[in-house]
Amino acid sequence: MVTLTINGEPREIDANPDMPLLWVLRDELKMTGTKFGCGVASCGACTVHIDGEPTRSCQALIGDLEGANVTTIEAIDTPAAKAIQAAWVELQVPQCGYCQSGQIMSASALLTATPKPTDDDIDAAMEGNLCRCATYARIRRAIHRAAEIMEA
Amino acid sequence: MLHYLNASLPTPQPTRRAFLKLSAGAVGGLLIGAVIPHKGLANTASGAVATPFVHITPDNRVIVLSKHLDKGQGTATGLATLVAEELDAAAEQVEVEFAPSNPEVYKNLLFGVQGTGGSTAMANSFDQYRQAGAVVRAMIVAAAASEWGLPASEITITNGVVSGGSNSATLGALSALAAAQEPPTDVTLKSPQDWVYIGKGFPRVELPMKTRGSVGLFGMDVQPDGGLVAVTARPPRFGATLASVDATEALALDGVEAVLEIPQGVVVIASNTWIAMQGRDALTLDWVEGSGETRGTDALLAEFRASLDEPGLPSHPRGDAAAKLAQAAQVVEAEYVFPYLAHAPMEPLDMTVLYDGQSATFWGGSQIQTVDHGTAAAVLGLEFPQITINTRWGGGSFGRRATPDGHLTAEAAMIGKAWLDAGNAARPIKLVYSREDDIRGGYYRPMAVHRVRAGLDAEGNISGWEHRVVSQSIFTGTAFESFTVKDGVDHSTVEGISDTTYAIPDMHVDVHHPAVGVPTLWWRSVGHTHTAYVMETMMDELAVAAGRDPIEFRLAYLTGDARLAGVLQLAAEKAGAAGPEGTHRGIAVHKSFNSYVAEIADVRLRDDGTVKVEKVTCGVDCGVPINPDNITAQVEGALGYGLSAILREEITMVDGEVEQANFPDYTPLRITDMPEVEVHIVRSDAAPTGIGEPGTPPIGPAVANAVFRATGTRIRELPFTRHGLA
Repeated sequence: MVTLTINGEPREIDANPDMPLLWVLRDELKMTGTKFGCGVASCGACTVHIDGEPTRSCQALIGDLEGANVTTIEAIDTPAAKAIQAAWVELQVPQCGYCQSGQIMSASALLTATPKPTDDDIDAAMEGNLCRCATYARIRRAIHRAAEIMEA
Repeated sequence: MLHYLNASLPTPQPTRRAFLKLSAGAVGGLLIGAVIPHKGLANTASGAVATPFVHITPDNRVIVLSKHLDKGQGTATGLATLVAEELDAAAEQVEVEFAPSNPEVYKNLLFGVQGTGGSTAMANSFDQYRQAGAVVRAMIVAAAASEWGLPASEITITNGVVSGGSNSATLGALSALAAAQEPPTDVTLKSPQDWVYIGKGFPRVELPMKTRGSVGLFGMDVQPDGGLVAVTARPPRFGATLASVDATEALALDGVEAVLEIPQGVVVIASNTWIAMQGRDALTLDWVEGSGETRGTDALLAEFRASLDEPGLPSHPRGDAAAKLAQAAQVVEAEYVFPYLAHAPMEPLDMTVLYDGQSATFWGGSQIQTVDHGTAAAVLGLEFPQITINTRWGGGSFGRRATPDGHLTAEAAMIGKAWLDAGNAARPIKLVYSREDDIRGGYYRPMAVHRVRAGLDAEGNISGWEHRVVSQSIFTGTAFESFTVKDGVDHSTVEGISDTTYAIPDMHVDVHHPAVGVPTLWWRSVGHTHTAYVMETMMDELAVAAGRDPIEFRLAYLTGDARLAGVLQLAAEKAGAAGPEGTHRGIAVHKSFNSYVAEIADVRLRDDGTVKVEKVTCGVDCGVPINPDNITAQVEGALGYGLSAILREEITMVDGEVEQANFPDYTPLRITDMPEVEVHIVRSDAAPTGIGEPGTPPIGPAVANAVFRATGTRIRELPFTRHGLA
C-alpha cells in the first residue's frame, strides 16, 4: 500500500509496487488525461508533476512514490498552467491533441521556473515532448504568449 | 489516401454479404447535389431538432454530427463551420459529435462508403453540410414565423439570435417548435460575400477539451465499467506462424485473466494495460523457423535495384523519350532510395470491443467506418444492424487508422469472440498496441527505388525523360484495388510523375511492383512522399545543368497549370530575394489531392554539419479557404511531418525482423528541428480541395535542393542521417 497525494487528494494505492504511475492513473484511477505514448520516457505524453517537477509517469514506479505530491493535467491550476492553457487555445495549438497534456505539463513547469523563457530555454524544456502533428511552431509561440499573459 | 475513389462505390446494403461485394467495381459519379437525406431521423421527444447532420437542443446547443473522423486535421471544426455559416449560429454554441456508422446517410460522397482520407473531407462535404445548416435554419425560421405571427421573410438570425418584429429568441428556445416543422426539400445557400465564418475563421471546437485532459476523448481513453485490456504477441517476421506457446508464467501473474490464441498471435487479457504487457513479456513463444517474410531491407534493396535494369509496366507514356534522350546535349541520370516509414501517431492503435454473441459494440478512432463495420460483421457472423461503432477523436493517424483490410477491428472482434468462446461472460475488452507494436507492426509507407534519365538540349530545354519506379503496390489485393490499379500499375506509385503538369512532351514512366511480405499502407500524401522528392530535385538539377534560375525554369514548364505556377510565384514573392544571412535556399512545388503547394526552405548547416531548416515560406491554393488558420496549421504540421521523415525516419529489417522498436530508434522531429513557417493562402473561389496532406510532399525536395546549394551534394538516399546531415 502506497500513500500519496494526487491532485490535492490523499490516496492509498494497492498495486504492484513496480507498476508505473502512468498505469495507476489511467487504468486504476481512470484518470486518462495523462497519456501513454511510448512507455520508455522518450515522448513526454505521460508527463505529470511530482513535487512540482515535470516527470515521465511511465518511469515513476508507484512503489517509489510514498508521500509524493502528484499533479496531473486534470487539476493543474498554477498561474503558469492557466496562462499556458489560455495561450494554447488562443493560438490554436493542438491538432490531434494526444501529446498536448504532456506538452502543457512541461510548458507549465518551464514557465513557473522561468517566467520569461528564451527560445533556447523552450528548446531545453520541450525537447523531450514529441508531437507527430508537428505543432512545435505554435507551441513555441504559445509559451511566449503565456509569458506575456502571466506578466499582465 | 483513398483519393483515387473518384467514383462512388455502390452503397452497401446493411448486410455483411453486401459489404464483401464492395470490391466489385466503380459505378456512378459524384453524388454532390443529389438527394440529401436531411429527413429521416425522428425528432426527439425532448424538444430537440434532430436531423441526421445537425441537432439543436432546448438548452441552446448546436450539435453537428461529423461523418468524418477528426484525427487532428480539423475536419470536425470544418464541418461545424459550414453548418454554423448557413444556420447563423454563434461559434460558442456549436459542438461536434461523431456520427454513427451508417454508410447510407454518412458516406463520403467521393468514396461511396463512410470514411475519411485522401484529404477529401471538406471537398465532399462542402455542399452537404452547408445544406444541412440551411435546412435547420429554415426550420427555425418557420418556427419563429409561426410563433410570432410574422412572414418568414421578416425573420432574421444573427450570431445565434433569432429576431422578428420586436421579438427575439435563441435557437434553443425555438428548437421544440422547429422540431415540429417539416424540413424543406430545397434550400438556397448564402452567397460567398455574405459568409461570416467561411474564409474568415472559426475556433477549433475541441481545443478546450484537448487542453484540460478531458475524459474519454480518444479511443485509448475508453474505460467502460468492467473493462479489460488485451495486448497481442505478434510474429517477429511478417507472416510468420506460431509453433508453440507456453503461457504458464503469464497466467500466474496477478491480474492476468486469460491467454487466447487468435490468427494474429497470442493475446494476453488483463485488468490493467501494464499487467497485460507484463503478461505478454512472460509468454514463451516459438515461431516456425523460416516462416513469413525472411528478407531484410538490404536484400530487398538489392532486388529492387536489379529490377531497375528491366523494363516495367508503362504508365501514361507519351512522345518518344528514348529518341529525345539520344539527341540530348546532356543527360542527367540519378537513382533514389526511399525507406519504409512508420506513421507512428502519438496515440498508438487501439480498439475496444464488447461482444455478447448477439451484438457487438466498438469504440475507437475508426477512419473507414464502413470497412470496420463490414469486417466486424464478417468476423463475428453478425448483420450490420447488430453492430455499433462509436467513433472517438483520433490521436493522429497520417493514414494509419484507415486500413483497407480493417485489421485492427478484425483483431478486436476476434479477441471478443475468443473471450466469449472460452466460456467467459461478455466484458468490454480494449485491444492496445504498445509503441513497439506500432513501430514493428508494418502497414508502412512502401520502400521505393527510382531511376531517372532526363535530357537537356543545347538551349537548356528538357529533351526526353525516362523514369522507372520499383515499389510495392499499396492497393493491389485490397477492396479498393479497382480504383487505382490499371493494367497492373498502381497509380499511387507514380502519382505526381506520370500525371505531372510540367509540360514534358516526351516522357516514359514505368513501374515494377515486387511482391514482398511486408504490409504497406498510404502514409500522409501516399506516393507523393517519394515522387515529389524525385521530380522536384530532378527539376532543380536540370535547372542547374541548364544554367537557368530554378523558379524561372519551373515556370517555363507550368504554362498549362496556372494554379501551380501561381503558388510558386506567391511563395517566391513572399520569401524575398534571399533568406537570413548564412542560409541556403531550396524550392519545390507540387500538386497533390487537387491542391497546390510551393515551399521555399532557407537552410543553415550547423557547425557539426547537420541541417537546420530555419524558415519555410509556403504558397497554398486549396480552393475556397474554409478556415484559413486551420489551413495554415495543416501546412505547418504537414511539412513538419515530411521534414521528420527525410531527416531521420527509416524502418529497416534484418532477416525479416524490424530493427526499430520505439522513439529512441525511430526518431521523429522534435521542437529543436522545427522551422519557422509562413503560409500564404490564395483567396480562391474554386471548390475547396484537400489540405491534410498537400503540405507534406514539397518539403523534402525543397530542403534537399537547399542542401545542394550548401554542400554541392545531391541527397538521393533517405533519410539524411545516412549522410551525416541529421
